[in-house]
Amino acid sequence: MEHAHTLVVLVEDQPGVLNRVVSLLRRRSFNIDSITVGHSEQPGMSRMTLVVRGEDADVEQAGKQLYKLLEVMKVTDLSEGEAITREMVMVKVAAKGQSRSEILQIAQVYNARVLDATPTTLMIEATGDEAQIDSFLTMMRVFGIREMVRSGKIAMSRTSGTSRQGKSDAPSNGVYAAAD
Amino acid sequence: MIPLYDAIPSSSLHHVLVRFEQWAGLAADAYARATAEVGVCIATSGPGATNLVTALANAQLDSIPMVAITGQVGPALIGRDWYQEVDITGVSLPVTKHNYLVQRAEDIAPTIKEAFYLARSGRPGPVLVDIPKNVFISKVPYIYPTKTGRKSYQPTTKPNIRQVRLAAEEIRHAKKPLIMAGHGIILSSAGQEFQQFAEKTGIPVIYTLLGLGSMSELHPQSLGMMGMHGHRHVNRALEECDLLINIGARFDDRATGRLSGFAPNARVVHVDIDPAEIGKNVLTHVPVVGDAREALRMLIEEVDSGDHKAWLDWIDGQRNRVLEAALEDRPEWPEPYAIIRGIAEATDNEAILTTDVGQHQMWAAQQFGFKYGDRWITSGGLGTMGYGLPSAIGAKMGRPDLEVWSIVGDGGFQMSFSELATAVQEKLDINIAIINNGYLGMVRQWQDLFHNHNYSEVRISAPDFVQLAEAFGATGIRVTSDEDIMPAIQRARSIKGPVVIDFVVEPEANVYPIVPPGASNSEMMHDPQWSPDEEDV
Repeated sequence: MEHAHTLVVLVEDQPGVLNRVVSLLRRRSFNIDSITVGHSEQPGMSRMTLVVRGEDADVEQAGKQLYKLLEVMKVTDLSEGEAITREMVMVKVAAKGQSRSEILQIAQVYNARVLDATPTTLMIEATGDEAQIDSFLTMMRVFGIREMVRSGKIAMSRTSGTSRQGKSDAPSNGVYAAAD
Repeated sequence: MIPLYDAIPSSSLHHVLVRFEQWAGLAADAYARATAEVGVCIATSGPGATNLVTALANAQLDSIPMVAITGQVGPALIGRDWYQEVDITGVSLPVTKHNYLVQRAEDIAPTIKEAFYLARSGRPGPVLVDIPKNVFISKVPYIYPTKTGRKSYQPTTKPNIRQVRLAAEEIRHAKKPLIMAGHGIILSSAGQEFQQFAEKTGIPVIYTLLGLGSMSELHPQSLGMMGMHGHRHVNRALEECDLLINIGARFDDRATGRLSGFAPNARVVHVDIDPAEIGKNVLTHVPVVGDAREALRMLIEEVDSGDHKAWLDWIDGQRNRVLEAALEDRPEWPEPYAIIRGIAEATDNEAILTTDVGQHQMWAAQQFGFKYGDRWITSGGLGTMGYGLPSAIGAKMGRPDLEVWSIVGDGGFQMSFSELATAVQEKLDINIAIINNGYLGMVRQWQDLFHNHNYSEVRISAPDFVQLAEAFGATGIRVTSDEDIMPAIQRARSIKGPVVIDFVVEPEANVYPIVPPGASNSEMMHDPQWSPDEEDV
C-alpha cells in the first residue's frame, strides 16, 4: 500500500550531496513531501529527514539505491510508532480587537509562543507532530493567516541506538549481512 | 586540458587520438572488457565532456570499470557561463557510479586513486573526474597516496555463509535446476570457478546477452542465450525449471520477457554484488550478496556432486531441429548466419568479437559460440549504436595478441566510421564485417512484425564502403555471394591494418526467435520458414 515513509539518511557533509540524494529519488519517480537537512551528532556528517510517498517495496528499493551513493552512510525508514517526529511552523495571523486574546488562549493550548506583534497581527511559533501542527493551523485559519512557513519533518527513533552504525550493519533480510 | 597534454609526451602513457569523444569513451569501455583493467578516456571541457555522456551511460548500465577525466574552467569562473563551461558533474550524475570536481591541485592524486578504486571495486562502473584549468597548472609536490577507501563505501564481496548454505540446500532439492549466467561472472574473472561449479552440480547453463562465454558455449552443459532472441530450447527450459540460479545478472527485461510469465515454476537463487538488484525485478527466495568469484568458491564447497542428464536430454529435445538442419545446409540460408559462423570457424572461436547494435548483434550472440567471456564485447544495457568500430579499437589496444573482429550493421557503422582514421593511424589489425542490408534492420523488423509492415524511415543509403575504406587508407572488400564469404574472411585475416568487408546480404531477413515486446518468453515467434513442429512438445 502506498503511504508516507520517513527516511532518515545520514550522509558525509560534502558539496553536492543533497543534489545526489534528491536526484536519485527523482530518477526513481519519488515525490518528496518534505526534506530537512542539518548537522548530526557526528562531526562531518549531516542528517537528512525525507518524507516520501510510495509502496513499501519501492521505498525499500529507493533505500538500497541510496546506499549506493558514496556519501551515504546509513538509511533508516522510521515507520510510525517507533519514532518521535517534529515539525515547526511560524504563522502570522490577523489579530485585532477581541480576537487577540482568543488567539493567545489557543496558542497556550498548543504550547505555542508569540514571537512578534504588530497592531494588526501576531507572529506565533508552534512545534509538534504533523497532526498537532495541522490542528493548530486549522484553529488559526479562523482568524486569517497572513503568512505561514512550515519546516519539514525531523524524526528520531525511540530505540536506544545511535545513528553511528555503518553500511555493513544495515538491517535487512540477510542481504547486507557480512560474513560470519 | 592543454596543460595536461603538455605532460603527455614526457609520460609513459600511450595516448590514442580518437576523432570523437563518444567513441573515445566507448573504446575505453571495450578496453576494460577485454583486459579486466580500468579503461581511461579524457576529454576537454564543454562539448568534449558532454560527448562522453553516452559512453558513461553505456559503462554504467553494463557495470564497466572506467575513469573519465574532463577539463573545466577555473573555480573562480565556475557558474558564470564561461567559454566551454558545462556543469559536467551535474550532467553526468545519473550515468556515473560517482564523480568529482577537484578543487585543489593537492587533491588530484588522492582523487584519481580513489576514482580507480571505485571504478573497479564492488559493482564496477564509470567514474568521472572534472579538473579545473588552474588546478592543472598549479605546481604541488607529488605524494603517492597510499590510502584508499572510505568509511561510507564498503561493498560486500564475501557472501554470508548462511546464505550460501541455503542456496546449496535449494540445489540439493531441485529436480530441474537451471543456471542463468550473467555478466558478473565475467566482471569478476570467475570463469574457472564457474565451470567448476557447473560441472560439479551438473546443472544446465543458460546465458544472458552479456553472460555469453562465461563458460565455453561448446561445453555440453551450455545451452545458449535466453530471452527476447534466445534459443527455443532455452526459453522452454526457463518455463519448465523448478530452480533458477542467477549468478551475476540483473534480470534485465530483454532476458526475462514479461515478468509475470518468467520462470513461473521456479524458486530463485540470486547471486549479485549489488544488494539493490536483489528483488528489484524478480522475487528472490535465496539472495546471496557478494562477488561472483567468492560466491562460487564457497558454493563449490557446499554443493553436492550431481548430474541432471534426463533434464538435459529433455531440454535438448526442445531444440529447433528444423532450423539446425537448415543452418547446416548453408546455401539455402540467409547469409548473416554463414558470415558469423564463418568468422567463428576461421578463428576457431578464439577471436575477440565486438558488435554494433541491432540484428547483426543478435545473430552474432546466437551463432558465434563463445569460448571466453572477455572476448565477447557488445553494448547490452544501453544498446549504443556506433559501438562496433570504437569497441574493436579499444579491444585491440588492450589485447594486441588476439585477433579482433567486429560485426556491424550498415546503419551503426555510418555513425562511427570516422574512427577508421584512428585505426589506420594506430596501425591496428582489426577486421570489420558489415552486415549490409540497406535498412536499419531491427527497427524494420519491428515495423514488419508489430506495426503492420509499415516501413517508416528505415531504408538507409550508404557510401561505397570499399571506396570509403580505401579513402581512409584501410582495405575494403565486397562480398555479394555466399561462396565468397570464407575466402573474404581468410583474406582479411592475412592483411595488415584495418580491413572492412562489405557483406551485401538479403535486405529483409529477420532475427528469430523473437519474443514480442511485452510478451512472456513462452510466446516467442519462430521464422515461418524454419518453424519447429510445435505439436512435438
